[in-house]
Amino acid sequence: MEIKLTLNGKPVSASVDADTLLIDFVRDHGCYSVKRGCETANCGLCTVLMDGTPVLSCSMLAARAAGHHIQTLEGLQEEAADFVGFIADQGAEQCGFCNPGFVMNTVALLRENPDPTDDEIRAYLAGNLCRCSGYEGQLRGIRAYLDSRKGEA
Amino acid sequence: MVERNYRVVNQPVRKKDAMQLLLGKPAYVDDVTPKDCLVVKVLRSPHAHALIEDINTDIACKVSGIVAVYTWKDVPNKRFTMAGQTFPEPSPYDRLILDRRVRFVGDAVAIVAGETEKAVDKALKLIKVQYEVLEPVMDFHTAKDNPILVHPEENWRSLCPVGADNKRNLCASETSGHGDVDAVLADCEEVVEHTYRVPAVNQAMMETFRTYTEIDHYGRLHVVSSTQIVFHVRRILANALDIPKSKIHVEKPRIGGGFGAKQTVVAEVYPAFVTWKTGRAAKMIYTREESQIAASPRHEMEVTVRVGASRDGTIRAIDVYTLSNTGAFGEHGPTTVGLSGHKSIPLYTGNLEAHRFAYDVVYTNHQSSGAYRGYGATQGIFAVECAVTELADRLGIDPVAIREQNMVREGQIMPAYYSEPANACALDRCMARCKELFGWDEKYPVRDMGNGKVRTAGVAMAMQGSGISGVDVGSATIKLSDEGFYNLTIGAADMGTGCDTILAQMAAECLDCPVDDIAVFGADSDASPYDSGSYASSTTYVTGKAVEKACEQLKENICTVAAGMLDCDVAEVEFAGKAVRRLDGSDEVSLFDIATKSMCGSGTAVQATASHTSPISPPPFMVGMVEIELDRETGQVDVLDYVAVVDCGTPVNPNLARVQTEGGIVQGIGMALFENIQYTDRGALVENSLMQYKIPTRLDMGRLRVEFESSYEPTGPFGAKSIGEIVINTPAPAIAHAVWHATGVWHRELPITPEKVLWGIKKGQA
Repeated sequence: MEIKLTLNGKPVSASVDADTLLIDFVRDHGCYSVKRGCETANCGLCTVLMDGTPVLSCSMLAARAAGHHIQTLEGLQEEAADFVGFIADQGAEQCGFCNPGFVMNTVALLRENPDPTDDEIRAYLAGNLCRCSGYEGQLRGIRAYLDSRKGEA
Repeated sequence: MVERNYRVVNQPVRKKDAMQLLLGKPAYVDDVTPKDCLVVKVLRSPHAHALIEDINTDIACKVSGIVAVYTWKDVPNKRFTMAGQTFPEPSPYDRLILDRRVRFVGDAVAIVAGETEKAVDKALKLIKVQYEVLEPVMDFHTAKDNPILVHPEENWRSLCPVGADNKRNLCASETSGHGDVDAVLADCEEVVEHTYRVPAVNQAMMETFRTYTEIDHYGRLHVVSSTQIVFHVRRILANALDIPKSKIHVEKPRIGGGFGAKQTVVAEVYPAFVTWKTGRAAKMIYTREESQIAASPRHEMEVTVRVGASRDGTIRAIDVYTLSNTGAFGEHGPTTVGLSGHKSIPLYTGNLEAHRFAYDVVYTNHQSSGAYRGYGATQGIFAVECAVTELADRLGIDPVAIREQNMVREGQIMPAYYSEPANACALDRCMARCKELFGWDEKYPVRDMGNGKVRTAGVAMAMQGSGISGVDVGSATIKLSDEGFYNLTIGAADMGTGCDTILAQMAAECLDCPVDDIAVFGADSDASPYDSGSYASSTTYVTGKAVEKACEQLKENICTVAAGMLDCDVAEVEFAGKAVRRLDGSDEVSLFDIATKSMCGSGTAVQATASHTSPISPPPFMVGMVEIELDRETGQVDVLDYVAVVDCGTPVNPNLARVQTEGGIVQGIGMALFENIQYTDRGALVENSLMQYKIPTRLDMGRLRVEFESSYEPTGPFGAKSIGEIVINTPAPAIAHAVWHATGVWHRELPITPEKVLWGIKKGQA
C-alpha cells in the first residue's frame, strides 16, 4: 500500500506492506537512531514522536503513521544537543543503545513540563529501560541541565 | 594513602564516543552494515532433549527468496566451544554448529538464509522435523551420574584437566583448600551451615546478539559482530567452520552492552556458516526471545557454606561446596564455578585457619550458561555473605562488627585466592566510610513505620579480580602521527564501559598531552595487537599497563628521531610533551616537527607496541549497605537507600567508575528482587521476554550513593585495579539480610519476590 507522511520535516511517499512496522519503516529511511530492544513494547528504545507525542514505533504499523508527522532523533539534533552534553558530563550514556529512546522521551517531557521534579523525570522516563547506568547518572545529567537553565534565567 | 597528582588520569573526562551515542548516530552492527544481505534465522527445538530422526527441508527451500537451508547433515562434525577464552580453553569442546541431538528448548535445529525476513519466517514454518523425544535432565541435583547423558558422543573433548567427564554429565570437578578444615570446624564453638541458590539470570543488555558476515575482496570471511572478544571469535569461527584462522577477519563496532554475554560466540557461527557456504553477505539479529532462551546467562549455582567461629566472632574456617549448572553446553562452566569460592572465602582471610572449596559442574537440558558480570563470584558472595550474617546473628554480634573483625587486610596473603597477596586493600576504610555515610547505627534497628511497613538495613562486602593471573594478555600500539597527534590501537573492546576513553587518558598522562590528541581505534583482529578481550575485569588493569609500557617505548623512539634532528646523542635529550629538548636546555625540536621528520627520510618507527600480562590479579573490594521498606501485608520490598564504597585502586575516570558502580548495583537489585527464571514442565523458559523478565526500571530503585576509598595497587597502571564486575555482588546478600531482619525469615533462593516474602511471613507465624 502507498502511504504519505512527514518524516523529520520532509514529505515521504512510500509503498509499504500492510504489516510493516513503523520502526522498520523509519530505519529503512535512514533513521538508524531508532533501536529495537525487545518485541514486546517494554524497553522504550524505539520511541519516536508522532505529531509531537512519544509512541513506540515497534508497536505501531507504518500505515498508521500515514498523514502524520513523525520525528526521530535525526530530526531533533539541535533540541537534543541542548541537554545531552550534561548527560555526557556524567558518563551516563554508557553503551548508548538506549540513549535515543530516552533522549526522545526527555525532549517530549521538557516540551510538556519545562521544569520537572526528579520524581516527574523518573515517572516520565519509566518506560525507557537502561541496563548499564543504573539511571542515576542520567537523572543527574538532566538535573544539571535544568539547573544550568535556571542559572541563565 | 599515597597522594598522587595526575593531569588526565583520575579526572572525569567525557567518554570519547558520548555525544555520538547520545545523538543517536549510526554506531552498532545493524546500523553500520549493509541492509541488502541475506537474513539468517535459526529453527529452534521445541524439546528439551531429542534426536532428530528425520528433517525435510524440501518445501522450505522452495519458498521464493530462500537461498539456503542447512541441517546437521551439512556442518562439520568437529566439536568446538563457543566460550571466549584463551586457548586451550578450559570449556569442553562439546558443540557442533548443528547437532542431530538437541539438548534444550531453543537449541538450533536448522539454519535458514533468505532474501527477506518474510521468506525466512515462512520457510522456518515449512521445515518438517521428526524427533525422537528423549527424557531430559532438568533437575541439576540429579545430573551427576544420571543414566541419561547430555553428551554421550565419542568426539566430546576436554582440553584442560578440569575434572570433566561427559559419561558422568560432569563439566568440571575439583577440591582445594588449606589447613584441616574438618578439625578446625569440629573445634569451633559455633558452626553455621546453609545452602543458597542463584538462578540462571540473564544479562539483558539492551542490544541483543548480532553479527554481519561477508566475503571480502581477498576472499576472506569478514565478520562485524557485537562482541567483547574479536580474537577469540576468529579462533572459534575457524574451529566451527573447520577453516584456517588466516581466512577470518573480525571487528567490532560500538557494542550495545555485553556484561559477559558477548564473551561467548552466541550468534556468530550461523551467519558465518551461511556466508562461507554461499559466498553471500549475511546478517543475524537475535530477537529478545532468543537472547533470553538461547544465549549465555549466569550459571545457576547452589552454594553450601559452613562457617565456623569462636564465640567472640573470630571466623576460623570456611567450607564451601558449589553445585553449578552449566546447562546443555559447557561454556565457561569449569571457570565460573571457581570464583564462587576463590572470590568469596578470601574476604575473611583475617583470622582464617583453614578452608576447603569443592565443586561439581553438571550438564543438564537447560540453555547453556556463560559469562555474566561477577562470573561465579556473585553466586559465592551471596552465599558466604549471607552465612556470615547468619553466624553473626547466632553469636549476637553486629554484622558490621563481625566483618571488621575478620575481613582481609592490606598486606595479607590470601590462601583461598591462589595465595595471592592483598597488596592494596582498603576494605577496612570502605567499611568505616560506608557505615558513616549510610548511618548504620541509626538504620540497622528494625523501625516499624506504623502502617504495616517496616524499615531495615543490610550489609555485604565483595571482591573480584583484575584479569586472569598469568593468562590474560593486554596489548596496545601507539603511533605518533601528522602534526603530533597519536593513534592508540587496542584489541580490548569498549562495550559502553568507556575503555577507549580511560586507555586514552592513560596514554595522554604518559605522553603529557590532552586526551583529545589520542585517537583510539579497536578492536579488529587484523589491525589490533593481540588482546584476550574485554572480560574478567582485565582491561583497565592489564591493557592499561600495556598502554603505559607502549608509551614509554614510543617516547624512546621519538627521542631517537629528535636526537638526530638536534645532532646529539639520545642520552642528551628528554621527552617534554610538545617537544623534545636537550637536557642542558640549549635547544629543542617540537613534536610537530618530529612527526613531520618521521615521515620523510627517517628510518626509525615512531610507533611502539607493548603487551602486558600479570602473575597476580589484584582484587578490588567494596562494601554495600541497603535500607529497605518492607510491606508486611503484601511482601513488597522497596529499596530506599543504597550506599556503596568501593576500592578499585585509583579510579582512572571517577565518573565512569561511579556509573559502573551504580549500574552494577541496580543490576544486582534486579537479580535480588525481580529477575526470575522458571521452566515449564516440558523445559521451556517462562521468562522469555522483557514483559516477563523484569529488569529494574527508574522507579524500582531508591537513592544510590557511591564513594571511593582508593588504595594504590603497585602493579597496576597509575595504581588502578578493576571496577566492572565487583559492583554487582553486594545487593543480593545485603537485601536478603535486610529482608531477614524485617521478617525473621532467611530467603536463601533468589529472587526474593513479594510472594516468597509473604509466604515466609505466614509460615513463620504458623
